Amino acid sequence: MKGNVMTREMTGAEMVIQALADQNVEHVFGYPGGAVLPIYDAIFSQNQVRHILVRHEQGAVHAAEGYARSTGKVGCVLVTSGPGATNAVTGLTDALCDSIPIVCITGQVPTHLIGNDAFQECDTVGITRPCTKYNYLVKRIEDLPRVLHEAFHIASSGRPGPVVVDVPKDIQFAKGVYSKPKDFPHTGYKPKLKGDMDKIKQAIDLMAHAKRPLFYTGGGVVNSGKAACDLLRELVKLTGYPITSTLMGLGAFPAADPKWIGMLGMHGTLEANMAMHDCDVMICIGARFDDRITGRLDAFSPGSKKIHVDIDPSSINKNVKADVPIVGDCAHVLEDMIRLWRTGAIHPDKKSLQMWWTQIDNWRSRKSLAYRSSNDVIKPQYAIQRLYELTKDKDVYITTEVGQHQMWAAQFYGFQEPNRWMTSGGLGTMGYGLPASVGVQLAHPKSLVIDIAGEASVLMTMQELSTAVQYRLPIKIFILNNNYMGMVRQWQELLHGGRYAESYSEALPDFVKLAEAYHAHGIRCAKPADLDRAIKEMIAIDKPVLFDCVVDPKENCFPMIPSGRAHNEMLLGDAGVSAEDAITEEGKVMV
Amino acid sequence: MNAPSTTHYPAAPTAQKLETHTLSVLVDNEPGVLARVIGLFAGRGYNIESLTVSETEHRQHLSLITIVTTGTPMVIEQIKHQLDRLVPVHHVVDMTLAGNAIERELAMVKVKGKGDNRVEALRLADAFRARVIDATTESFVFEITGATDKIEQFINLMLPLGLVEVARTGIAAIMRGPEGM
Repeated sequence: MKGNVMTREMTGAEMVIQALADQNVEHVFGYPGGAVLPIYDAIFSQNQVRHILVRHEQGAVHAAEGYARSTGKVGCVLVTSGPGATNAVTGLTDALCDSIPIVCITGQVPTHLIGNDAFQECDTVGITRPCTKYNYLVKRIEDLPRVLHEAFHIASSGRPGPVVVDVPKDIQFAKGVYSKPKDFPHTGYKPKLKGDMDKIKQAIDLMAHAKRPLFYTGGGVVNSGKAACDLLRELVKLTGYPITSTLMGLGAFPAADPKWIGMLGMHGTLEANMAMHDCDVMICIGARFDDRITGRLDAFSPGSKKIHVDIDPSSINKNVKADVPIVGDCAHVLEDMIRLWRTGAIHPDKKSLQMWWTQIDNWRSRKSLAYRSSNDVIKPQYAIQRLYELTKDKDVYITTEVGQHQMWAAQFYGFQEPNRWMTSGGLGTMGYGLPASVGVQLAHPKSLVIDIAGEASVLMTMQELSTAVQYRLPIKIFILNNNYMGMVRQWQELLHGGRYAESYSEALPDFVKLAEAYHAHGIRCAKPADLDRAIKEMIAIDKPVLFDCVVDPKENCFPMIPSGRAHNEMLLGDAGVSAEDAITEEGKVMV
Repeated sequence: MNAPSTTHYPAAPTAQKLETHTLSVLVDNEPGVLARVIGLFAGRGYNIESLTVSETEHRQHLSLITIVTTGTPMVIEQIKHQLDRLVPVHHVVDMTLAGNAIERELAMVKVKGKGDNRVEALRLADAFRARVIDATTESFVFEITGATDKIEQFINLMLPLGLVEVARTGIAAIMRGPEGM
């Protein structure tokens, strides 16, 4: 596209691409179709924005999510009307649940055909209304530039999320005047960044007098940015308090730090969940008290005062009543907290803290993540541990699918930095990891990108391996193949009397041959003794690898809080250390 | 492995006391804005008892939506935050919590009858300050304005006198005093 004036005449299709370029979009993930052909024409005649052709629109959104989450930028998607838009819905919902900034441009039938049941017509704004942060149907060319720039602003500010812009085909052809992004005085939409100072003072006062404090942090810290993660590390160091995090928050605080007590929640560590239950001051930063975190609500951390920092006021007091609610951006609030802590001449109760840490170390000593190792069959936990040991010194990004392998990855892969961990937390979308790793690898071409997968999940979006091959993206798909939808099988074992209805992965493909069919590389490993060599081989190959790691089919993911139970009612595996006095009287009955 | 034999699934939460609140929601009058608000209520399982919508500030294209809803105090607080989070929503004011709001509703009530019933209907309408806006030899249409309970009472009185049908606007609410929203 030539011309460099601030405002100039161009077609709607050209405006779409120009707006992406002006918003610093380097890659757009998409799939062409009748209703977006003018935009594809505009893509053809420029080289500012690179289009990545996926194999299914769901894959386009997940790839954009991986791209967004690993860079902190907005992920961009372009799909056609009708089936293009409906196929994107799973990805959009996933992005909404996990607060990922996405702008998704959908083609639409020409305005005069809208509502006529035209070919490949669907009510895109109607269908995507509940699964986006906001959406637009652009009916006038005059509105298009403003809407496109506004979409990026809304997607990336406040609590991030997906925004859909539905552009009818006649609007793509229409000519209008394009304008560059500027500040839009959107009166109704003003996310609050600074926290209320009085509330932050109250929070610091509570924290200063805590006897059994605990930081509980989530994906909001990662979304807030690198600065928020650095500030969190500083505050934890200043206070010396223990910290746990949700699945989405992993990496905001380094797992190697002794203050880190592991992930919490349904498959969290014993020490994290017991500390949640027994703490007296809970400092929740950028997390939302999801049911996978709280377990039984009326038994959730009964004795604690709760400080809740969140940019989204509707997250506060939704599930759990906060004693000190602070609406604001994590980085802004953490900065204020640190300043007040430093200037406040605060002397925490050292003796109580010492006792609290002794108690936590006691829980730690039960080794709730322990499992029985084997020389004959690869234990899935062992596979993740080896993967971690052999990759931890590299520049590595991890994505996952959903299920047991995801939880084992969260438990056994130590994340030291934010934006290195891409997983579907809120929606729990099987098939997320492979396309997400495509997006991550594009954003970080020199890095090692591994999708820790299950054999059932990965088959849901396997076609995206073709995308990886086309663009020479050397992603590593590390499949923990246990021949079952493992988490479904585990629930059936624990909750449905061992009736394994439809959870056996019948008629699996030969993954090595499948890889070859896609012109990728296949590796199979079934013996613990061969594992290290096979992982090293996987890392060394400079093309997409499908690694079929055959693991123990019967292994369950522990610890586990069955849904609707309290934090001190965990089920533990049989390999942990039994220490009777490490757990409360109430907990003993259940554990 | 030591799973107890009973089910691990949780029991449903116990019911809490419900409250009724009137919310005034100022929104951009753009296509789909009402669908967003209603979709929010439907999608999250909130109740709508009454809903009134009209553009109130033409120049700025702002509409006022008045919603009467029921829920536990925690749910009502959630509803307000969820509404406030919608991009085209400018303000959400809880008129019930604000405490000094006036709420009015308009109803048109059709009554059919002859003889004593017809006279009685007219007398009651007079007492309730309802106006006759249509009449035939065997029917009236009354227009009545007031708080919801007054309208309910009037309709109940008309029931034995030959009530045919009622059309109601739903509640509009505004604060007393000089201050705006």
